[in-house]
Amino acid sequence: MSLLAPRAEAAQVQVAVAANFTEPAKEIAALFKKKTGNDVLLSFGASGGFYMQIIHDAPFQVFLSADEERPKLAVEKGYAVPESRFTYAVGKLVLWSRVMDVAKGEAALKAGAFSRLAIANPKSAPYGTAAVETMKALGLYDSLQPKIVQGNSIAQTFQFVDTKNAELGFVALSQLHGVSDGTRWVVPGNLHAPIRQDAVLLKKAANDEAAKAFLAFLKGPEARAVIERFGYALP
Amino acid sequence: MVALEHIWEPVRLTLELAAVTTLALLVIATPLAWWLARSKAKWKEAVAAVVSLPMVLPPTVLGFYLLVALGPDGPGGKIAGLWGARTLAFSFTGLVIGSIVASMPFVVQPIRNAFQAIGDRPLEAAATLRASPWQAFWRVALPLASPGLLSGAVLGFAHTVGEFGVILMIGGNIPGRTRVMSTAIFDYVENMQWGEANLLAAGMAVFAFVVILAMTYFEKRIARLR
Repeated sequence: MSLLAPRAEAAQVQVAVAANFTEPAKEIAALFKKKTGNDVLLSFGASGGFYMQIIHDAPFQVFLSADEERPKLAVEKGYAVPESRFTYAVGKLVLWSRVMDVAKGEAALKAGAFSRLAIANPKSAPYGTAAVETMKALGLYDSLQPKIVQGNSIAQTFQFVDTKNAELGFVALSQLHGVSDGTRWVVPGNLHAPIRQDAVLLKKAANDEAAKAFLAFLKGPEARAVIERFGYALP
Repeated sequence: MVALEHIWEPVRLTLELAAVTTLALLVIATPLAWWLARSKAKWKEAVAAVVSLPMVLPPTVLGFYLLVALGPDGPGGKIAGLWGARTLAFSFTGLVIGSIVASMPFVVQPIRNAFQAIGDRPLEAAATLRASPWQAFWRVALPLASPGLLSGAVLGFAHTVGEFGVILMIGGNIPGRTRVMSTAIFDYVENMQWGEANLLAAGMAVFAFVVILAMTYFEKRIARLR
């Protein structure tokens, strides 16, 4: 790989991106490339999986997690640069269906006229945690629990609803960008703890100018505009 | 601390899934393997290739098509409709169907090889003793091919136990219903529960070792048949 890596004039930043941030990350990477000439190599997946890879020396320089827990842990365990950690986006949870009307949200959940409700794995995916918190806040968790199916990541949860295997599911609003199909209910923010998504610079890239520039770019107005357009709140 | 009762659940489910899948596969694969071994049809090898596909296809490809096929818009949804459900995904039945497809080649091939190894002679001898083709199959071919059937069953069982990609795609990770050992390990690792992951993974490694050892033994017996 190192033989093929571009020379100093055009560096390459390797970024681990939480699945829910896939589309905005692609746009931001393209903008960054246009501005600085630096390539961004994006890997998409579940934050839990990335954390595991990072502590096993995966070649990432930047970690865009779906939560604040894992970047914090990466700092505590010495895998990331402490002062580099910041919240790049605040996720919005949405209930989405392609086969039934969920626009009324709570009422649709309460009626329970469905057999499968998809959520992301609440232990490893923050959108799953928020989904569980939402159902608990509505007092519906116990009655809905037998109907829950878990996707490994929020991307797989989306797949379950998209293929109609689950009638409805809690996904990230950002995933519905450009999707006109079906009905949706944006979950009010007071029903769950905020989904703060943190970014962090990994130790091995502590002195990498391109990686630091990418993180700075992620904080800047151009990136923020993209993040907002994809349905995230800004920190 | 490792919670054993949480570990037992995926182990039990995995063994159930592998047992049901293996039984179903023996019923499906034996006549199929017999036909593949004996038929003179020109398109026979095309059928054999289709049966072998899951060996080469990435599980994600299989899993993706299965997720669509088992869903409301696919044939699986129509079957599920018979008992008022919408989809076969996220159910034990769905996992069995997925496992049958994914493990099929591992069962068909050893049985087909065993049938082929018998050759024409024992069957011709049976015919001269006025055995009907059906009797020859049951009384002559099947007993002679039994090591192949056994190795097919063992391989099918083992492959179902180890299958990950297909189940991840169609399972939905439901404790006690679709969370099997391979997906549980994945889950534990993503949640940093190393103890549980270790225990399950080590168990599967030992199991795989025993299976390979057993296979070597069966293969020697098949070789002696020839």
